Amino acid sequence: MQSAQGRRVAVVAGCRSPFCKAGTLLKDVSAVALARHAVVELVHRAALRGRDIDEVFFGQVLPSPLEPNLAREVALLPQFPASIPAASVNRACASANAAIAMGHDQIVLGHARVVLAGGAESLSAVPILHSRRFADLLIGLSRAKSQAQRVKLLASFRPRDLVPVTPAIAEPSTGETMGQSAEAMAKVNRISRQAQDAFALRSHRLAHAGTEDGRLVAEIAPFFGPGVTEPVTSDNGVRGDASASQMAALKPVVDRRYGTVTAANASPLTDGAAAVLLMSADAAAALGYQPLAFIRSYAVTALDPAGQLLMGPAYAIPQVLDRAGIDWNELGLIEMHEAFAAQVLSNIQALESRQWAEEHLGRATAVGQVDPETLNVMGGSIAIGHPFGATGARLTLTLAHEMRRRDVQFGLISVCAQGGMGFAMVLERA
Amino acid sequence: MSTAALTVRIDRGVGWLELDVPGEAVNTISPELRSDLAEALESLARDGDVRAVVLVSRKPGSFIAGADINAFVALRGRDEAHALVRAGQAAINRVESLGKPVVAAIHGNCLGGGLELALACTYRIATDDPATRIGLPEVQLGIIPAAGGCQRLPRLIGLQPALDMILAGKTIAASRARRLGIVDELVHPCILDQVAEQAAGRLADGWTPGRSRLSVRRLATDRNPLGRRMLFTAARKQLLKKTGGHYPAPMAALQAVEHGMTHGVEAGLDIEATLFAELAIGGVSRNLVRLFFATTALKKDPGVQGDVPPPRPIAGIGVMGAGFMGAAIGGVAVLRAGTDVRFRDRDLRSVGGGLRVARTLLDEQLERRRITTHAHRRLLSLLSGTDGWDGFGLTDLVIEAVYEDRDLKRQIFREVEAHVRDDCVFASNTSTIPISQIADAVARPERVLGMHFFSPVAKMPLLEVIVAERTAPWATATAVRYGRELGKTVIVVRDRPGFWVNRILAPYLNEAGRLLAEGVPVEVIDRAMMRFGFPVGPVTLLDEVGLDVAHKGSEVLHEAFGARLQPTEGLVRMLDDGRLGRKNARGFYRYDDGKRREVDLAAYEIIGAGADPDVSKEDVQARLVFAMLNEAVLALDEGVVRSARDGDVGAVFGIGFPAFRGGPLRYLDELGLADAVDVLRDLQRTYGDRFAPAPRLVAMAGAGETFHPSS
Repeated sequence: MQSAQGRRVAVVAGCRSPFCKAGTLLKDVSAVALARHAVVELVHRAALRGRDIDEVFFGQVLPSPLEPNLAREVALLPQFPASIPAASVNRACASANAAIAMGHDQIVLGHARVVLAGGAESLSAVPILHSRRFADLLIGLSRAKSQAQRVKLLASFRPRDLVPVTPAIAEPSTGETMGQSAEAMAKVNRISRQAQDAFALRSHRLAHAGTEDGRLVAEIAPFFGPGVTEPVTSDNGVRGDASASQMAALKPVVDRRYGTVTAANASPLTDGAAAVLLMSADAAAALGYQPLAFIRSYAVTALDPAGQLLMGPAYAIPQVLDRAGIDWNELGLIEMHEAFAAQVLSNIQALESRQWAEEHLGRATAVGQVDPETLNVMGGSIAIGHPFGATGARLTLTLAHEMRRRDVQFGLISVCAQGGMGFAMVLERA
Repeated sequence: MSTAALTVRIDRGVGWLELDVPGEAVNTISPELRSDLAEALESLARDGDVRAVVLVSRKPGSFIAGADINAFVALRGRDEAHALVRAGQAAINRVESLGKPVVAAIHGNCLGGGLELALACTYRIATDDPATRIGLPEVQLGIIPAAGGCQRLPRLIGLQPALDMILAGKTIAASRARRLGIVDELVHPCILDQVAEQAAGRLADGWTPGRSRLSVRRLATDRNPLGRRMLFTAARKQLLKKTGGHYPAPMAALQAVEHGMTHGVEAGLDIEATLFAELAIGGVSRNLVRLFFATTALKKDPGVQGDVPPPRPIAGIGVMGAGFMGAAIGGVAVLRAGTDVRFRDRDLRSVGGGLRVARTLLDEQLERRRITTHAHRRLLSLLSGTDGWDGFGLTDLVIEAVYEDRDLKRQIFREVEAHVRDDCVFASNTSTIPISQIADAVARPERVLGMHFFSPVAKMPLLEVIVAERTAPWATATAVRYGRELGKTVIVVRDRPGFWVNRILAPYLNEAGRLLAEGVPVEVIDRAMMRFGFPVGPVTLLDEVGLDVAHKGSEVLHEAFGARLQPTEGLVRMLDDGRLGRKNARGFYRYDDGKRREVDLAAYEIIGAGADPDVSKEDVQARLVFAMLNEAVLALDEGVVRSARDGDVGAVFGIGFPAFRGGPLRYLDELGLADAVDVLRDLQRTYGDRFAPAPRLVAMAGAGETFHPSS
């Protein structure tokens, strides 16, 4: 996306924490601490001076009420001057993508030259709330002016008021959980259990290979604690030893009788953070950085959550290609967020279908055929994990690095998000 | 009336006493200011328009840092000292007896005589600012609070907390002073005047601040003679243990407090004056004050002479080697200077180990409430590490702390050079390897120097900055200033084997080894040197330092200086037996659960000790101390330290040479150089040529010179 002023936006560097299953190695590390960890390593690796950063955007889906503005906490790292403004962004699972898009826009507008963008999530530490009745009681007591008022309020207390409210990962508009949505999509689009398991297995095998050959490890800031005895240098959800028979043995989680979505073919709850360094082409040249890739275009779409909730990418991808002015066949790599195998396969099915294109996009031809050789070549969120706020930045830095390794001209990112949203971005080699 | 340092201003019934000593960074009370103050108080007392007085400083960040030390250094006798203190007491008493309320409005340091003045005021308001520190540090200079501090503080806040403050001489933050009841209110600096004026008005209207703090504890001790006596007995015992009887001031302060609590304020003030006069002209106080002046001067010393480029700012450092020493240096760099610290080691597990040690240091600070949880979180973000070279591109200073291997260090600095900026300073934390040999390995030797830290890094106050022949002045100035930012007292030392501290320590430890071999029991040696005033004995020190480390150091010095510094075989035999000292819980002493137990009798057998020859404490002291003193003169003569001042500071802060003796060179001055030469000649006759007096010592003795001008 080249603006009138000619400010192309480069992805210059990226770094992330290891992604660890919730409740494991990173369970006592807050999202802020994870984000700061990834960013400290990023600035060291990029040899970036804090004074050169103009703004910080970070994504987070479930912020802690104690640290609601994650991005500002990152900007307040002691390595940086206190004068870097920051905003935290929530576009559900595409939050880090939204942060990167915001950074892109600020650079294109000429408001910033260097932006730190990313996201973080700690799903080990999801805020658990008091019931509304209990909260009302506490607030009422603090405001009560007389003893009589207090007694009256206390008399209204019922034991069930103490039952806490745990936020479920569900659509507020429909009440449907993500798992239910994926299950419904599997049924509507006739995605078999075998196909889902095979896709999940592929994710693990490729992620394992990417870890073994060091490509995934290279993007990770080793975590040295607190709370761990050995340095954590890789993602702990990746299973090189996963087998089809193991996967087949698992019970479906949503629809126990006729369902196909299992814990193995869905992305796990994960703790992690990821960040990328964005610069205008001019700033990169002036500061002496060699860009990994440039942002060519991005697009966001939204659907009625009552329909196929996670089908957003199928709509965002044709749009982002149009904006990039390139053809599907020019894509050399695709990083598609894997919320569920059923969701990825449903979207691929739609992208490859002429009929779907006619009905939903009013186009005469299918969007494109997905070449498995270019799709999620180091696995995806099913194996690596999915810290909601961080995934978008993980996809961006994984893609940017791999595009350089393979010398690919164009690469695509897509993410499905709560609320029926879809996000897509095209990266381009310098 | 107004003078240069004191402005008196009357505004709407309030008399403002505004202090600002011209030309000084802090306010101190000189005899002139004291008499100005006394005069101003009289005029305010007489002035019918003045209903209340506010005492405030107009010096940024300093209320009153204490009495003017120069005035008390100039004292020539007991009577003069007595008169000085009496005059101070009178001025401060006048504040209390003014007949009008006096409010102290405190922002910045409020120490010693400054706090004693504030304590005589009717009401104290302090700012909740980090610059505001409150305390009675007199004992650290070998004197006592003698302007009523030993009387008013215990009456205000209770006996136990007052003793805690007076006997240790530590300063506290304003918030703590508020909790203890030393100050009545904490306010933002911007409203200090306004609140003080309001308080003055209310006090003039007859308001009495509610200040009753009659706790059970205070009833049990302060008001109860029996409880009081128990408290004083316990405190005296504790003090004796802590000072070894070498430091009379805390004991005198205890006496002044006790006497005042028993016989009343008047009697208390009398004894304060008597005790102060004795202490102020005594040798201990003189030496502590000299050391204070020396360290104060070192804080301003750029470490290089002449016109040099200013030191480079240090924002980020790389630490090569995340072992115990490297980790501790990194932790201190984060804690004290807020430096971005990047560790590098050969594998991530080693890096992780170092980061854990450094984190532990921060965790301890948090547990002891030295830092807040917010600061803790902030500081943690400054620690990172790698097994590669990422992050070294912006590094301002690299500190190498790998094990003592010349070729390894040379190799490391060659590699470092390929990854850092041209103006990055290279510092080796070596204790035995000549810096010039490390510097030879790199293309820009002018940026290589030594930064010799002492273990435990967080506690040891000294840093030796080692300057090699080719080290550039800008690099030295940078290392010196950064060392100071780490909170260290920095001495600049020439690149000679052992540098300063280990050089003068070696003959001392060697001599201890000889005594051991002769069959003198470990306890006899250790006790004799503690009696002399060292914090630990030499055998304990060997165990603490590590026998391997001590041996390696002694070998290097032996090689460089020959027979004079020849170590005994004992250490080698101990090492052959696998004994490293405390670190592997096997040394001259037994260790159990990290605690030192009794002497390990097996050690005598290992080193082949003879039968106990029953030598006197004095013999042990003479042999060990004079071995060190003589070496200090030899090293000074070689220009290892720039001055006797640096040498003394280095020995006191690096080795624990008794501070009350002022340091080895000061001690020689006090012994008399001619007498010292005689002692050395005696030792030489009895024990051999290693005690041959240093030629410079003989020459100076002959010429009647001293190492320090003022001795």
